[in-house]
Amino acid sequence: MTSKPCRPAKDLPLPGSSRTVAPISLAAHNLAKRFGSTVALTQVDFSISGGEIVGLMGANGAGKSTLVNILSGALPADVGELVLDGHPFRPSSPGDAIRAGIVAIHQATDRAGAPGLSVAETLLIDRFADGRSGFFVSPAAIRRQARAIAHSVGFNLPLDRDFGEIGAADRQLVAIARALAADARLLILDEPTASLAAAESERLFQILDGLAARGLAILYISHRTQDLRRLAHRVAVLRGGRIAQTFLRPIDFPTAIETMIGRPLAGAHVAARVATGAPVLQVSALRLHRDGPPLDFDVRAGEVVAITGPLGAGKSRLLLTLFGAHPVVEGDIRLLGRAWRPLSPAAAIARGVHLAGEDRRKTAFTPGDWPGGTVSAAIAQPHLARWFPDGFLRSACERRHAQDAIRRLGIRAGGPDARLDTLSGGNQQKVVLGRWQAVLPHLLLLDEPFQGVDVGARADIAAAVRAQSDVATLIATSDPEEALEVADRILVLDDDGLCPLARIAADRQPDPTGARS
Amino acid sequence: MTVVSQASPPSLSGRHALLRRLPAFLRRGAVFLLLAILATAFALAEPAFLGLANFMSVLQAVAVVAILAVGVTVSMAVGGFDLSVGAVAASSVMTASYAMVVWRLGVVETVALTLLFGVAVGLLNALLIVRVGVPDLLATLAVNFLLTGLQLIPTAGRSIATGLILPSGRSANGVFDPAFLAIGRSRLFDIAPIPVLLMLAIGIIVFVLTERTRIGRLMFAVGGNEIAARLAGANTSRLRTLAYLISATLASLGGVIVAARVGRGDISSGASLLLDSVAASLIGFAVLAARRPNVFGSVVGAIFVGVLLNGLTMLNVPYYTQDFVKGAVLVGALGLTYGLGRRPA
Repeated sequence: MTSKPCRPAKDLPLPGSSRTVAPISLAAHNLAKRFGSTVALTQVDFSISGGEIVGLMGANGAGKSTLVNILSGALPADVGELVLDGHPFRPSSPGDAIRAGIVAIHQATDRAGAPGLSVAETLLIDRFADGRSGFFVSPAAIRRQARAIAHSVGFNLPLDRDFGEIGAADRQLVAIARALAADARLLILDEPTASLAAAESERLFQILDGLAARGLAILYISHRTQDLRRLAHRVAVLRGGRIAQTFLRPIDFPTAIETMIGRPLAGAHVAARVATGAPVLQVSALRLHRDGPPLDFDVRAGEVVAITGPLGAGKSRLLLTLFGAHPVVEGDIRLLGRAWRPLSPAAAIARGVHLAGEDRRKTAFTPGDWPGGTVSAAIAQPHLARWFPDGFLRSACERRHAQDAIRRLGIRAGGPDARLDTLSGGNQQKVVLGRWQAVLPHLLLLDEPFQGVDVGARADIAAAVRAQSDVATLIATSDPEEALEVADRILVLDDDGLCPLARIAADRQPDPTGARS
Repeated sequence: MTVVSQASPPSLSGRHALLRRLPAFLRRGAVFLLLAILATAFALAEPAFLGLANFMSVLQAVAVVAILAVGVTVSMAVGGFDLSVGAVAASSVMTASYAMVVWRLGVVETVALTLLFGVAVGLLNALLIVRVGVPDLLATLAVNFLLTGLQLIPTAGRSIATGLILPSGRSANGVFDPAFLAIGRSRLFDIAPIPVLLMLAIGIIVFVLTERTRIGRLMFAVGGNEIAARLAGANTSRLRTLAYLISATLASLGGVIVAARVGRGDISSGASLLLDSVAASLIGFAVLAARRPNVFGSVVGAIFVGVLLNGLTMLNVPYYTQDFVKGAVLVGALGLTYGLGRRPA
């Protein structure tokens, strides 16, 4: 590691927000990378230059992470070379790449700083770390320098707030500001809108457009076609470790998606069915907060209802409340016609109410090297008391249930005993669904079931959810596109309460993906 | 986004496959391999080492540590760490001795009272950790401190033996019942000491509980991801309470054995028990490359340390090097587990 010459803080450049960036030109030739017997990348040619926003699509396991890791210096390529501004480029660490102006911003933006540090301190972490800030730091100097950084990148950031308290959108901007303060010329963003509401995403898009106009190159990794449609000048699709095809504007997204998943897209939007089953869940005048709007809705057997709406509107809270993981503030809930006061997840499960929580790693999985970290154990966990009433586990029984789920949902895993952390995101999510369908509930609650799930697995999951004609399903998703792919009925939850989204109108939206159905 | 590595390795030629598996095999068997090497070396240097009598004396020496280590392991399974076991065992020695010598209780009453004391401490730990929300390390360390002091108060800091002068000036003239002493001193069929049998029984029972039952699976689920366990319907508070109850009760059983073996209430009897049992549980992480708390590994870890110390003692290595040796084993085992055992990401 080479260290930068130590400069006094007051000499830091303080350019205006319209500062232009020396355009980068980065090319990869014939890259290949193997992990053991797995070919992660092969024969990849790729280039990006200043002022360009290039989208990168690929199913989970297609090699996106590997490509990003090679470009950003986190992994060396086995074969092939990188050419930066006409010279061979061999970064041996992410630090090397950052010094060359290539900064990758991780999807988990909570890693962009640390709770307990203010936003201002977070912006200056790199200077603390490389010694540019000097040994003693005064709060006044921190504020001054942080304001200079925020001004130079043109962001309006809450500098005095604790990093742990700001929202995902601000964390994203902090991460970008840190990258720009480190003189980034190529920004690599990984699913940056995953946890942003629509308005926040739009703000991010405007910022990214502005950065590209200033000469920055942006590599934008996303599953979301609407993001790429809005932003990308060009989209490269990875499949099986190769760049399967590159699409130029106007980008033909249906073909891009079919290229990504390697099979024709059989109509992503599902037909709405009119539910005739008995009402399973009836909610009236339910309040999630003391001064929140009253919510009224019901879900019938065999019906899939999606609740969408901005982040923070209370979608997760609604599901957790119905599951007994949050207290009911006020209101009336009826399950199969009988009054139902959910007091705990255990009580909810006993009554046939199942919840697959948001972020499967946090809400469903045990670490892989811990007992319970296998596919079969993950599926069995909520059902142990039912399957093993005498208390003693029998692995044959667990395996049988896991085999059922693997077959039914098409889970790609080494078998029932495979560790969860060896599965791709889509297959992990199928395991979570398999868990909650292993014993069929009356009411299935799914919170963001398509997070980090590629298009192919998404269709499988949607089909598996819709196939249960006796189950009432309620799904929370912040992505209306996802709602259209699975739900019979869509409700929008915002600060004013719930209102139905007219499905027909939604279907008629100009949307090449839907038009093919 | 994660890079997914294929779970099934390609078929390799036989010899190649063996070579490939060798490092993993060595890692899994490292503790046993070392144990075999040590035993061979000690046996060559001192033939008496290999006798059944010596083997039993090794097991007798580690029985209490192993029982405490099993308890610590259970607390680790729920993601906690019971640092109060040393003080629980030590104050249980005092409780049992006080019951015999001062209150002149019978064997059954004494043992029951001492185990009840353990249950009470377990409930206190659980109250602090589960209800009040004190982090487990801090709560049990504080209780460790509390009990270390508490055990001195009834006898004004004196050890308990027949003829003890109480703070009131009265002298206590009860005696240790021979039936009580038998718990620590007698042998089944003149071969297997009772403490060793207790160690084996507890090892097997708690192994089955943690590895083969619903309760054990749920305990590990709590330790692995408490939120996920709760959302899967597990009563996480009850499971954590149960774990601290088990560890404190086992620690008080360890105290009963120490009291029965020593035959007096020695105020310094539990001094090294905490560190020794924690070390055994941590060495257990390396056994079969488990990289997690496991009962089998903890018992093996305790025995491993016992064999090492026994052999070194036979070779006349000075007693004051013992803690250094234990520390070196622990550092080596943890380095082995986490360093060499690192899986490719």
